[in-house]
Amino acid sequence: MAYEPPITDYDEIVENGTCAFCGCNCDDLDFLVKDGHVVGVRHACRLGASKVMEDMDQRLMVPMIRDENGELQEVDWDTALDKAAELIAGSVRPIFYGWSETSIETMKHGIRLGELVGAVLDNQATICHGPSLQAVQNVGYPIATLGEIKNRADMIVYTGSNPMNSHPRHLARYSTFPRGWFRPRGRFDRTLVTMDPKYSDTAKMSDIWIGFEQNGDYGFYNAIRAALKGKKIDQDYVSGIPKEDIMELAEAMKNVQFGALYFGLGLTHTLSKQRNIDMAIEMLADLNEYTKWVLTPMRGHFNVNGFNIFMAFEMGFPYGVDFCRGYPRYMNGETNTIDLLTRKECDVFMVIAADPGAHYPGGAVKHLAEIPVIQIDLHWGPSTEIADVVLPGSFVGVECAGTSYRMDGVPIYMKKAVDKPETCRDDEWIIKELHERVKEIKAEEAAVASK
Amino acid sequence: MMEYILKNGIVYDPANNIAGEKKDVMFKDGKIVDNVSSDAKVLDVTDKIVMPAGIDPHAHVAGPKLVVGRIYRPEDSRKGVTSKTDVCRSESGFSIPSCPATGYRYSRMGYGTVTEAAMPPLEAKHTHEEITAIPNIDIAPLPLFGNNWFVLQWAKEGKIDEIAAFVASWLRITKGYGIKIVNPCGTEAWGWGGNVHGIDDPVPFFDVTAREVVRALAQANEMLGLPHSIHIHPNDLGHPGNYPTTVNTLDCVKDIEKSSGLRNQTVHLTHAQFHSYAGTSWRDVESGAKEVADYINKNKHVTCDIGQITLDETTTMTADGPMEFDLHQLNGLKWANKDIELETGSGIVPFIYSGRAPVPSFQWGVGLELFMRIKDPWQVCLTTDHPNAGPFIRYPRIISWLMSAERRQEMMDNLEVRVWSYKRTGLGTLDREYDFNEIATITRASAAKIYGYQDRGELTPGYNADIAVYDLNPNTIDPSKEPAAIEKAFGNAMYTIKDGQILVKDGEVVKVVPSHTLWTNVQGFEEQEKAVMEEVMPRFRRYYTVKFENYQVQDHFTPNPIVTDVQAGK
Repeated sequence: MAYEPPITDYDEIVENGTCAFCGCNCDDLDFLVKDGHVVGVRHACRLGASKVMEDMDQRLMVPMIRDENGELQEVDWDTALDKAAELIAGSVRPIFYGWSETSIETMKHGIRLGELVGAVLDNQATICHGPSLQAVQNVGYPIATLGEIKNRADMIVYTGSNPMNSHPRHLARYSTFPRGWFRPRGRFDRTLVTMDPKYSDTAKMSDIWIGFEQNGDYGFYNAIRAALKGKKIDQDYVSGIPKEDIMELAEAMKNVQFGALYFGLGLTHTLSKQRNIDMAIEMLADLNEYTKWVLTPMRGHFNVNGFNIFMAFEMGFPYGVDFCRGYPRYMNGETNTIDLLTRKECDVFMVIAADPGAHYPGGAVKHLAEIPVIQIDLHWGPSTEIADVVLPGSFVGVECAGTSYRMDGVPIYMKKAVDKPETCRDDEWIIKELHERVKEIKAEEAAVASK
Repeated sequence: MMEYILKNGIVYDPANNIAGEKKDVMFKDGKIVDNVSSDAKVLDVTDKIVMPAGIDPHAHVAGPKLVVGRIYRPEDSRKGVTSKTDVCRSESGFSIPSCPATGYRYSRMGYGTVTEAAMPPLEAKHTHEEITAIPNIDIAPLPLFGNNWFVLQWAKEGKIDEIAAFVASWLRITKGYGIKIVNPCGTEAWGWGGNVHGIDDPVPFFDVTAREVVRALAQANEMLGLPHSIHIHPNDLGHPGNYPTTVNTLDCVKDIEKSSGLRNQTVHLTHAQFHSYAGTSWRDVESGAKEVADYINKNKHVTCDIGQITLDETTTMTADGPMEFDLHQLNGLKWANKDIELETGSGIVPFIYSGRAPVPSFQWGVGLELFMRIKDPWQVCLTTDHPNAGPFIRYPRIISWLMSAERRQEMMDNLEVRVWSYKRTGLGTLDREYDFNEIATITRASAAKIYGYQDRGELTPGYNADIAVYDLNPNTIDPSKEPAAIEKAFGNAMYTIKDGQILVKDGEVVKVVPSHTLWTNVQGFEEQEKAVMEEVMPRFRRYYTVKFENYQVQDHFTPNPIVTDVQAGK
């Protein structure tokens, strides 16, 4: 990493901005603004800073509609919105997917639109921490805010996650390094443990690395639970770890004052899926008979947790909520996006602030290529290649304000630092406008039908 | 806005000493008035019960632990699912209904105002987002102070001025209505997996006791002259033998002088039922309702709500984190926890209060015994501590129990509740029956008085036109003999009128309006607040994980505020 001199050429500093990258939602960013652009960011990690600063790279600037030759053509906002509204109003089984990189305020309009047309509303949890939410529904959810861990924890465990790469400020700002109320010496007052098959960058930082076998999570946590309950472990090795080490680790975990376990997709997407997390959560509950332990899923997008929270307080379910029958339904494997796409049920797909073209399994993308897709996003990406209507939004936390929820559920109002490009619109405005237009079409249809 | 006359109703308005009088109620532009013009629209409610709209003094309807409950209990959200209509959005949930459902269901029962009884300041924005998503009822959130690290330190040092200034600032920062205290010191001890036992057991590290914290907050509350007193959930919730802790907690603030003329009490005890147990364990548990009720009967500085068990499957949730973990250990059902840095914690556990089991039957009996033994209806309110002892939609059923000794006896006789309901409690010996006036008191008038509301809870000219009409003729019905009819009528208001708008007609929601947020703005304490902020900020910056600028609740989170301005100390 070459040395970069500090940026001195800027007009103003916008303080206490919130990072719109990962679920840490670091809210101490200083945006350096020059000529209406963010030219530098202080305090952010490299991932966050690059997202905020290189914002104009491949930026979607104007609305587009795909013509009969299959080319995207620039159109005015009215034309694009009318086209999108017409597609949504005429659909039988629409899916509105994404939402994790936009504001709660936008979702509020989205859910109204979803209820109006009987859509499925789903977010990225369906392909990332969905198994975590299933496990939460199976066995529980013992969490705490990040500051609890910063102030109290003397043991931090990362499992199935590598925050040094994915959430670079997590250790520095929330868990391992900061000096807390009861941990005045910061890093020196804590034991850092990584449980992961991979010797990751986080493992390199750790005091203890437990490299159990690939897909060995379930067996490993099960063995710790057995040890915690004073049961005999018959095998000499469990998931590749000697049983003596497991006993020792269980003992160490029992004897901390406050332990925190963070888990990521490494745990949610190995062989046993949500059962891994069932086991990890139950291990936590077992540990609480001895001392205090909490756990937190390492959420990815800055508002992926927000969508789950928002859907739950509005409609009772966290994701994959289907309004096709006029009331909310939720059934994993039935009302989730991938299932609906691979069954070819969906006839219109609206994606907002997500890139399914880049992340979905082939079968799902294949169906997307065959149906109308409306994209609301900031940048050109694989999804743009299959989109039929493209509506350029604006950047929450930089170009417009909005509420988001951190990985631990703490809400933050992300402030605006600069103006959006003139030709773009706020996500909130776009969805609100679509709602208005669809409502009008529906009212006209109803009037015709009654005659 | 139009003028209305509710004609020929039988009015129960305890604040104005109107108990079953046949008279008209008039309102105009959202307010109750003395007279209206001849253009007024007449709503014929001849011989129907007319009351001020209901006020719930303690429920959990919005906030982080609610949403954890909804996320982790889809089995609950799958109950109570209804389709959207032209007026209403779709509903889901039984014990933890979705936000729209919460508003509609309170409205259908004739309620207009609810207190959200536990708001963690760090997640106040979330609480307000949910409040905004709940239509048709006004909500007063109470921020949690009983385990706040700043408060704990100042309470230890006896710095009451600092606590008062802190409370004044934090009510404004979080848009809260009053002081909530939950298991003082116990929830902080839960930060280390522990608890405190009784009010004189010190919390680790801070070395301060619940007695000191409660007294300090009560003194601060009176120093500011807040419209509500301290609102307390004492230590030892749900533990056999806890009634002395309860009585001692109430008694420890007895000498503190009340400073607000709007209310009578200096302490409000919440879900008293869970705090009124004698004995030493679940083997020899006995009701302590008599002792607690006796104390309340003798002391005017105390008010309470009950937390009546409704014999349902529900979702318990409280800032009393250690108690919820104990409950999880006891029933083995799934356990959620949500601790909030520097401020509070909480736990969430599903629970089945089955009448076939001894303990829920006992708890059911203790709650009703408290209702029977507390003499002054102005000192007691009807709650289920929703959703802890049961969902709020059971209030009409509880009313039917209160009004019918025969029904209670029948439940005990035919084993709808097990024998502990009368063998371990005094309920079997009590045949008091509430009349409609007492019901009006415990479901609206006393709550309004307890919160110092000056715009609701009575049918006085100038007050909000928040009115409920129930399809019952008190002259012809015998509530003692017809509990089912009572439950039906109180559950499906003939009219619910809020700010002069008809929201419910014949049990159906016909109109949806945005809710208001009630919060208290202390004035005249600015110097002290400024000084205390200087003391707070270095530690705030160091130990919180958000910036102060992002911690505060921005104004747009409370789009429809009703602000109670208070002159400190007056």
